[in-house]
Amino acid sequence: MSAIVHARKLSKSYGTTKALDAVDFEIDAGRIVGLIGPNGAGKTTALKAILGLTDYEGELQVLGFDPHTQRTQLMEQVCFIADVAVLPRWLRVREAIEFVAGVHPRFSREKCLAFLSHTKVGQDMRVRELSKGMIVQLHLALVMAIDARLLVLDEPTLGLDILYRKAFYESLLSDYFDEQKTIIVTTHQVEEIEHILTDLMFIRDGKVVLAATMDEVGDRYAEVMVNPDKADAARSLKPLNERQVFGKSIFLFDGVDRARLAQLGELHKPSVADLFVATMKGTYA
Amino acid sequence: MNTLPLLVKREYWEHRGGFLWTPVWVTGITLLLTVLGLVTAEIFRSRAHVQVGFSLDMLRQDIDAKDWANAGYGLDVVQFVFGALPCIGLFFVLFFYLLGALYDDRRDRSVLFWKSLPVSDLATVASKALSAMFVAPLIALAVSTLAYLAFLVIVGLWLSVHGLNVLPAIAASHPFRTVWRMFLTIPVDALWALPAIGWLMFWSAWARSKPFLWAVMLPILVVFANWWIGVLGGPHFAGVLDVAKILGRLLLSVMPGGWMSLDAAGVVREWMPHAGDTNGSGLLAPERLLDVMTSANLWIGVAAGLALLAAAVWLRGRRIEVNV
Repeated sequence: MSAIVHARKLSKSYGTTKALDAVDFEIDAGRIVGLIGPNGAGKTTALKAILGLTDYEGELQVLGFDPHTQRTQLMEQVCFIADVAVLPRWLRVREAIEFVAGVHPRFSREKCLAFLSHTKVGQDMRVRELSKGMIVQLHLALVMAIDARLLVLDEPTLGLDILYRKAFYESLLSDYFDEQKTIIVTTHQVEEIEHILTDLMFIRDGKVVLAATMDEVGDRYAEVMVNPDKADAARSLKPLNERQVFGKSIFLFDGVDRARLAQLGELHKPSVADLFVATMKGTYA
Repeated sequence: MNTLPLLVKREYWEHRGGFLWTPVWVTGITLLLTVLGLVTAEIFRSRAHVQVGFSLDMLRQDIDAKDWANAGYGLDVVQFVFGALPCIGLFFVLFFYLLGALYDDRRDRSVLFWKSLPVSDLATVASKALSAMFVAPLIALAVSTLAYLAFLVIVGLWLSVHGLNVLPAIAASHPFRTVWRMFLTIPVDALWALPAIGWLMFWSAWARSKPFLWAVMLPILVVFANWWIGVLGGPHFAGVLDVAKILGRLLLSVMPGGWMSLDAAGVVREWMPHAGDTNGSGLLAPERLLDVMTSANLWIGVAAGLALLAAAVWLRGRRIEVNV
């Protein structure tokens, strides 16, 4: 399978802070990758590098292009939604559609209008008259009408209520995503996108600390609910994390044999959020 | 792809207020004042039987061919004034448009939306420069020409109420020649404005906050420091006037017709007709425009403006964040 994004020793510094520290990663076609990390870990910098919005050291190829020097060609294949606040407030919906239709060779006006017909967004409205949720609906309609190969979402649902958030990811999955397309998404609301991800990438202090498919994550990590009498036995197996629920301990293990864990208690697939908390322990300390 | 025309259209959508409504308001207020003036004159006439200004009855009796020619020339000047009035507004519109052109969308982060589309930084910067050079002035000329037509209708009606026919005066004027000559000044204005367009857009792309301070205060400080070091006897540019002249070109050249005054183009300017030039053919005479077009001042400015615009394109590809 050919990689859509290919990064080798990708670095970017702001002054003395290393936002990205010699990072290697690859993203294959047809995947939905969750790029997840604490604030200031370098997620946005990584996305900016992929989108050609910042310079960087190291090697980076997106769809075979160098994003920084070939941004214009790259943007015919790549779409992105930064967050809800980036559509200019003076713009009218009609003008936004006319503009994107005019500059983007892969935009379908019919598709865009079809998406918008399911919303309350009117053609003559200005962006400043729309609610946050409606702005995202408009932006998503514009983006989904573009037949792009890579879609980058940076906190696309920030500040939206749960109805809009659910609808956002649902339409993304049912009306947009297929095996020809790739989506990279960052969000702090991990639990909401967990079920749509195919790949997981954790980033911390400018380094990729975990890059795996969701299947691999399921194989590698296990959560066990352990009664107090077996807790010491569990601790001896070096769990990543331990937390207490209703007098029982929940341990998170990385790469420990399942048969052994099953003897300690009830086995679960860990949630991405729990995995994230365990991996990022001590980040802000 | 028709990217560039669409980018220019985008500028018009965003700046309709400055590009269209400012000249509409300026010329509209002029027309309103004209009407108010006529109404005032009428009221005074009927109230006290006083003749305000000139006597219409006298005019009716003693008018001859030469007077009509003068009236025609007068109308040409009025048409010229109608064209010139929105230019004052245009200066402020363009100045602040260019200062914000590569900054405002970074401040409200909508630059991330524009940059998510396959549009090059060169095309973006070019569309903004072209809008300032041609779109806004052409709209202003169109609006002022329509306003002048409205003026003719208003004054014609008023005169006909008093039994005077305005048509001979209009026939003696040169509306097409005047509008054509004003049209010809637009490319001269555009080239003349390039150093200021480049200067303002450069700082607009460069500034992380307050582009106005960078573009305006920095050069003033430089001139002041130069002068001050000179007073102290240190090394400085002796030609303070030259420094100020260069600054004037960088900051103020978006003023339409800026090349007309101050010996700016280094040529003798006689934009208004000589005494005795009764048909007003000297008004904005094209051969004088040619003198400006062949002046070193203009082309040095063009070169400086293009260099600054190239720097603005380069910055546009690298600077996104602002300090809020």
